[in-house]
Amino acid sequence: MSAPSLNAALLLLADSRLPAGGHGHSGGAEAAIAAGAVRDLPTLAAFLRGRLATSGLVAACLAASACALAASSAGSGTAGDPAGAPPGGWAELDAEAGARTASPAQREASRVQGRLLLRTARRIWPSPVLDGLARAVPEGAHHPVALGAAAGVAGCAPGEAALAAAYAAVTGPATAAVRLLGLDPVAVHRLLADLAPDLERAASTGSGAAASPASVPPPRTAASVWAELPAHSAPALDLLAERHLRAGLRLFVS
Amino acid sequence: MGADHDDRHHAPHPHGRALRLGVGGPVGSGKTALTAALCRALGRTLRLAVVTNDIYTTEDADFLRRAGVLDPGRIAAVQTGCCPHTAIRDDIAANLDAVETLEERFGPLDLVIVESGGDNLTATFSRGLADRQIFVLDVSGGDKVPRKGGPGVTTADLLVINKTDLAPMVGADLTVMSRDAAAVREGRPVLFTSIRQEPEAHAVAEWVIGVVEAWAHGHGTGPRGHGHDSGSPGPGHRAGSPGHSHDHTPV
Ligand SMILES: Nc1nc2c(ncn2[C@@H]2O[C@H](COP(=O)(O)OP(=O)(O)OP(=O)(O)O)[C@@H](O)[C@H]2O)c(=O)[nH]1
Ligand SMILES: [Mg+2]
Repeated sequence: MSAPSLNAALLLLADSRLPAGGHGHSGGAEAAIAAGAVRDLPTLAAFLRGRLATSGLVAACLAASACALAASSAGSGTAGDPAGAPPGGWAELDAEAGARTASPAQREASRVQGRLLLRTARRIWPSPVLDGLARAVPEGAHHPVALGAAAGVAGCAPGEAALAAAYAAVTGPATAAVRLLGLDPVAVHRLLADLAPDLERAASTGSGAAASPASVPPPRTAASVWAELPAHSAPALDLLAERHLRAGLRLFVS
Repeated sequence: MGADHDDRHHAPHPHGRALRLGVGGPVGSGKTALTAALCRALGRTLRLAVVTNDIYTTEDADFLRRAGVLDPGRIAAVQTGCCPHTAIRDDIAANLDAVETLEERFGPLDLVIVESGGDNLTATFSRGLADRQIFVLDVSGGDKVPRKGGPGVTTADLLVINKTDLAPMVGADLTVMSRDAAAVREGRPVLFTSIRQEPEAHAVAEWVIGVVEAWAHGHGTGPRGHGHDSGSPGPGHRAGSPGHSHDHTPV
């Protein structure tokens, strides 16, 4: 496989202007602000680091595996019979994402964003692989799975998919905090720049953990490798997400 | 609902789906009031669904559901983060998802109304989301507003200037508003309403029937603002005295 060293599709996927519904979500920032946990630049920095180390890293690993699965489905003709049964793998990988998202509110937010991303990606990069994912998970694939699949179809490598997922995990809440707290946008971008090495580490962890049926020699299976993917959790984020859902006044869906 | 919706439009749509009508305009101008009025006036003859875009709560959807103008299930709320205009113009994914979900659940439909969150004079709907759009101003913002223009005022298929009952209170001159709007709209229609005084907004309902009929007959596929379908009522030609065919009692 001759992956180009620079893939412009990665920029499109990571860009907040991608019309896939991301602007309605704050990645937990609105609830953290409402609870007083995020108030200023230092508390935002801590929030972003924590999110990247937990759900961000998990998302990176899931996205990398989804990217590998998309590439192997496309290559091996296992994208699924267009009219018939859904292709193997997607439901299992999506279930791993669900199992790593403890809060029902976050699971719902992840599915909604995944469904919207997939709807957009299927028009931008039409592919039987994405059609197969939509068929395999009709309620909406989790966001990291949809993101990884779109990245794979767009020609990205698993590490690039992981990087996009890690990047989305911090830029969403950062942008929301700028809007909600009136923070200096340049200072917030400086925080994001400081996180660059951590983003790259998350990407390489994701890339190292990525597995697809094509890359896993028997008797092991891809599903057994996916079950071993990192499962870091952030109970405070889970609780905040639940509280947010019940908040009377909120700007962001999640 | 159901039985009261099958009296017309049995033929499959030439477009394969309902007309999508955007209702936009500044905060508080009367978008929800107009949406409710259209449901009252058209809910018995057209198969309708509504998507609201709420900024902070599900206030507008809740209002419409409480108003009892439409089966509550046919009203879906989309939350838009801090940017109401983003959800109708730059990133329409959540709104399209809501529209298509309603069409799948209740379809075939004749008309899906998408009410945008209150925004500013530049907020217009993407053509990927709305086939036609109404921009709602009110007189209490002052009679200078149409003159200020902006894409909503100048390019909307229909400009509605609401709350005419308040004109004497705020010293707004409706003649000035009418003249200024005409000057920037190149012949596209402008209607004055007081939804407070006339809760079915008949003139607007007539216009909507015209565009829905044009849509159902396969007309009006071109860009906004050309020919019959952007003018006052379409081929169905129902421009008459307001309310001549709509004497339903409010639900
Ligand atoms: N006097 C008067 N009040 C009206 C009229 N139409 C609407 N209102 C009132 O104006 C207020 C705002 O109306 P809405 O329909 O909620 O306005 P909106 O544009 O949907 O508001 P947002 O969605 O919050 O931007 C409400 O209190 C309505 O009762 C009218 O014709 N005359
Ligand atoms: Mg409203």
